[in-house]
Amino acid sequence: MANTLQMLTANRLKSGDVLYRKGSGWVPLLADGEVYPDAAAADAALAAAQAELPRNEFVAPYLFEVRQANGVIVPVKEREVIRAAGPTVHPHTGKQAGQYHV
Amino acid sequence: MSEIAPNMYRYDEFDARFVAERTEQFAGQVERRLTGELTEDQFKPLRLMNGLYLQLHAYMLRVAVPYGTLSSKQVRKLAHIARTYDKDFGHLTTRQNIQYNWIKLVDVPAILRELASVEMHAIQTSGNCIRNVTADQFAGAAADEIEDPRPLAEIVRQWSSLHPEFLFLPRKFKIAVSGSPNDRAALAYHDMAVEIVRNAQGRTGYKVLVGGGMGRTPYIAQVIGDFVEKDDILAFMEAVMRVYNEQGRRDNMYKARIKILTNALGIEEMRRQVNIEFAEIKQAGTLQLPKEELDRITAYFAPPAFETGLSDTMPDAGPAFANWVRTNVTAHKAKGYAIATITLKTPGQVPGDATSDQMDIIAGLMDEFSVGEVRVTHEQNLVLPHVRKKDLPAIFAKLRELDFASPNAGLITDIIACPGLDYCDLANARSIPIAQKIARTFEDLDRQHQIGELKIKISGCINACGHHHAGHIGILGVDKKGVEFYQLLLGGSGAEDASIGTIMGPGFTEHEITGAVERVVEVYLAQRKDGERFLDTYRRIGMEKFKAAAYETVAA
Repeated sequence: MANTLQMLTANRLKSGDVLYRKGSGWVPLLADGEVYPDAAAADAALAAAQAELPRNEFVAPYLFEVRQANGVIVPVKEREVIRAAGPTVHPHTGKQAGQYHV
Repeated sequence: MSEIAPNMYRYDEFDARFVAERTEQFAGQVERRLTGELTEDQFKPLRLMNGLYLQLHAYMLRVAVPYGTLSSKQVRKLAHIARTYDKDFGHLTTRQNIQYNWIKLVDVPAILRELASVEMHAIQTSGNCIRNVTADQFAGAAADEIEDPRPLAEIVRQWSSLHPEFLFLPRKFKIAVSGSPNDRAALAYHDMAVEIVRNAQGRTGYKVLVGGGMGRTPYIAQVIGDFVEKDDILAFMEAVMRVYNEQGRRDNMYKARIKILTNALGIEEMRRQVNIEFAEIKQAGTLQLPKEELDRITAYFAPPAFETGLSDTMPDAGPAFANWVRTNVTAHKAKGYAIATITLKTPGQVPGDATSDQMDIIAGLMDEFSVGEVRVTHEQNLVLPHVRKKDLPAIFAKLRELDFASPNAGLITDIIACPGLDYCDLANARSIPIAQKIARTFEDLDRQHQIGELKIKISGCINACGHHHAGHIGILGVDKKGVEFYQLLLGGSGAEDASIGTIMGPGFTEHEITGAVERVVEVYLAQRKDGERFLDTYRRIGMEKFKAAAYETVAA
């Protein structure tokens, strides 16, 4: 993964909401998350998040690949596209419907 | 209409205390997790044992519906939970349970207390334990039934709930029961299954199957007990569990199910070992099931007071009603009564989804027309088990208002689909949109009836929650470098003629799969002989013609 772009995601412990890493915190929307340009940066972000797990604010952090075109972040895998938006079969639910908390 | 309490098992003092204590125990565990006293690694097995998963978007709570039976009071509570704690809908699963997809961890204790207030819980809907027992959805009503399997299902539920020996099995363990020679409970695909049978002397007992399953290594269950006497059944089932618990593999989760052990040992050796355990347990006598206890539990499931003197003639209420009767109404054991299947599969709908309002209205139908009772089916439908034939037109009219009156039970649009990649953390591909597209493609009712019985089952990954191995046409979603592809399988069956579907070949894209299904169906229509279902034609002519047609356009 030397040259792949990656992002870091997790779930909020209390609510289960999907989160994306930005700086040393988290944001609810993929578009606002931080894109790591190389494996070293991504691994460092994951290590930092794992070190924060004892705070019990979020769970299950992991990295995933993205592409960037014209400033728009698009996950490589369909799974992460759906995770970022919400179920394709219920567009009135999930982040695609504005259902998230900052 | 007042709320009707159907004849079903009711918690005694022990059950109520057990569920209440377990609810408070888990509430304490949630609290300890939130304060950090428990780490996620410590908490995860505890939440799973209480049916709480962390899925793609949020927590998912799987609520047990023992052998698929619900009272109207319980359905109203499920609607209330969907409305209050989720996004106003629930999802019926292929194990006769209901799932909520948007649960907050902090709300779970309150939800479990709400469930406990109507004698429900989420215990053992996950984890390596004996899961919620499933049953024929027509139990106690079907004309073809030898005996009602629900009393045994309830006894198995009680025996297996928090059984100290079987809480940490090598892997999960699924049990189904049926009382009919026509298998509507997919018995052959269960870790263990019990079928009520009658022997040559006219006495009823139990045929026990073992080692069936889906997943990455599908197997059809084999008979391990031809005729187990009623008072021996718990001893026999415990003997099976002991052999599995002792010898099931714990080093490899993909080889840990009893189907792997059964086929590694061979059924003869498995039977020999089970019989040794059975003899020991029987000699100890602690697991004998006294007739009085079976009778006591059976009394909970006494048939409702059927009206006598009813006409057995089906009302004439127009062609739309007649179409619905043709597929969605089944013969009842009582004269003048019928079983009505409510398919949650109107083309375009998400298979198995019901909104809070729809659940409340169904509860009203239950009270008004079906002695307060409904069944959840493993095909993600609902069943009103005891309705007067003369009430069927009124029921049909109300179902039309709900958009739940599609006359398609058992037809090509009555599709099973797992939640797939739209919700599931394990999935590789979406299932539901494929089901929706296929259903819309075959929406024309004349075309559906022309095709006849054809069961399509779709899974979004190899774990096979959508039963793709058992589909006459099965569809398996796979991931190819992050893109969804779909493999076709033909020739599976989850009924009494159980068989495992055969994979046709390379996968189709999301845009190709519906066309491939259409071409496969066209081959069937061209090749079938009189009276043949799709499955019969496939079994007669084999894969070749279907495969050639399915890939025809893709290759061109």
